[in-house]
Amino acid sequence: MLKFVARRLAEAIPVLFLASLIAFGLLYLIPGDPIDAMVGVSAAGEVGLARPEIVAQIRQDLGLNDPLPVQYARWVVNALQGDFGKSYVQRRSVVSLLLERLPSTVELAVASTLIVALLGLGLGIIAALKNNTLIDNLILVISLGGISMPNFWFGILLILVFSVFLGLLPATGSGGYERLILPAVALGYEGIALITRLMRASLLEVLGREYITTAHAKGLSTWVVIIRHAMRNALIPVVTMLGLQFGRLLAGAVVIETVFARQGIGQLAIQAINTKDFPLVQGIIFFSAAIFVLVNLLVDISYGYLDPQLRIS
Amino acid sequence: MATLIPSSESLERPQAASPAAAASNSQPAITIHTSVSPWRRSWWRLRRNRLAMAGAFILICLSLVAFTVPTLLQINPYEQSLRDSLVSPGSAAHWLGTDHLGRDILIRLIDGARISLTIGFISVGIAVLMGGLMGLVAGYFGGRIETILMRLMDMQLAFPGILAALVIVTVLGNGLTQAMIAVGISSIPKYARVVRGVTLALKLSLFVEAAQCIGASDRRILLLHIVPNALGPVITLATMGLATAILSAASLSFLGLGAQPPTAEWGLMLSEGRKYMRVAWWLAVFPGLAIMLTVIAINLLGDGVRDALDPYHRSEKE
Repeated sequence: MLKFVARRLAEAIPVLFLASLIAFGLLYLIPGDPIDAMVGVSAAGEVGLARPEIVAQIRQDLGLNDPLPVQYARWVVNALQGDFGKSYVQRRSVVSLLLERLPSTVELAVASTLIVALLGLGLGIIAALKNNTLIDNLILVISLGGISMPNFWFGILLILVFSVFLGLLPATGSGGYERLILPAVALGYEGIALITRLMRASLLEVLGREYITTAHAKGLSTWVVIIRHAMRNALIPVVTMLGLQFGRLLAGAVVIETVFARQGIGQLAIQAINTKDFPLVQGIIFFSAAIFVLVNLLVDISYGYLDPQLRIS
Repeated sequence: MATLIPSSESLERPQAASPAAAASNSQPAITIHTSVSPWRRSWWRLRRNRLAMAGAFILICLSLVAFTVPTLLQINPYEQSLRDSLVSPGSAAHWLGTDHLGRDILIRLIDGARISLTIGFISVGIAVLMGGLMGLVAGYFGGRIETILMRLMDMQLAFPGILAALVIVTVLGNGLTQAMIAVGISSIPKYARVVRGVTLALKLSLFVEAAQCIGASDRRILLLHIVPNALGPVITLATMGLATAILSAASLSFLGLGAQPPTAEWGLMLSEGRKYMRVAWWLAVFPGLAIMLTVIAINLLGDGVRDALDPYHRSEKE
């Protein structure tokens, strides 16, 4: 098991390395000098308020005259110490901005994962047990919606129904349960659909096995058979999917936070891209990549724990 | 499955079937032995799939309307008429109502279909060509080039969903073309992985070895022997990918990073309509419906294509 964990850790490192290269390289892939974005160069290319000697001074101070590998090494060393530089626009450290926005996004992702787990598993189990009935087909239609609807549109529809027409829940903002429900559901719908289909397929497959017939033959009640015997094996692929889904939710948060005007990291990312606030963009890219890799790692490890066969292959 | 097509059973084993068939029917063997390609057989399977055909039908109608109506009827999606702003749907002049600038929603949706389908096809094209090439090269030649290419593809692991497109848009800037390229590039890894996998398996197969033995060039082997065999999985992926591409592009436009006003792009229309949601619900409903209809149609077709090209793969239902 320890070897398995070590190998997965080793595999995560090159991915993180590449993510850091991309985050760093971003500044140099963008047409124009990073300093232009910082001091504000007009579209015509003329430097606004900044005098040339000041630009040169800033360039020297930021170490932009050093060779690229040196700059990259410095960026990585700083990043590893939790220093992603300062936002051009907000004039604050990127890390403090990230940390300020993090709770809102995490709250959304966790709430959404809970909803996905509860509804996805529940609907999937019901669909499998009521295989080929009206209920099963209804659930399949619901899950088809989750896969085909753009999540931002589903969010808009939720606002339309629950805030505009029914006036039950507030439409936008962060804080409080009532402001969390709609975005969490909107964010989770696709995940609910995927988990439902997976759980249904997985449970149906397990229910066809011989050991289930044996359990029934022993005279065990239906529920004992399903919960104690069938679920245990049917859950393995679903748990992995749930973990992966959590990572995807973080990405989906970008859109959902915009729909519901929540002050999270996703919204911060859009702001940063629109204002060309590159240190902030870099920080967010590397940070979210790191979180995603970490979540994947945890999923892999827990999967290895659940399914011993995987540790060897 | 094959039993439903009477002719295919015998055609699968022409050598074995021919003497018997010729003897019993006393017909010229040639008429029976016009060989039926696997593609043909997949096409038969696809045609029998009602859901897939429904999806294809919707898609064809949509494309016809999207690409002919704007030129034939000379409609103008940008025509404003402030006196007719926010007309509710169901009026004789504007079936689906108008937006805050009095622009006809139906006309804008039709123009949006043209935009969305174009974006979808072009970005999938980019992804298939580049991803396919990378997968072929990585799988066939192996070695260091494979390591480098596949490590690059691993990046997708760190940038799930729309994040990759977001990073690329940061570099390229906002706009419809940029969004199209971003969506295309961000889905390259999917194709590269699949093509590499198929290529790796085919490289070791007997017929490729035979081709190598008679001195066929690498290019000839790749193009004539490997590409045709890798085509099936790629077509399946590309059909599904079309739906994803349309969704991603609409999301980018919704975020203000794709199409810019006044373009009649569906995602952008939703983003603009959202502001008037409290007085004009239709602005927030119809463009989304259009996206959903398109995506469902493509997914139905995609499921059918997968089952047709790979009959041994069992679809989720059943």
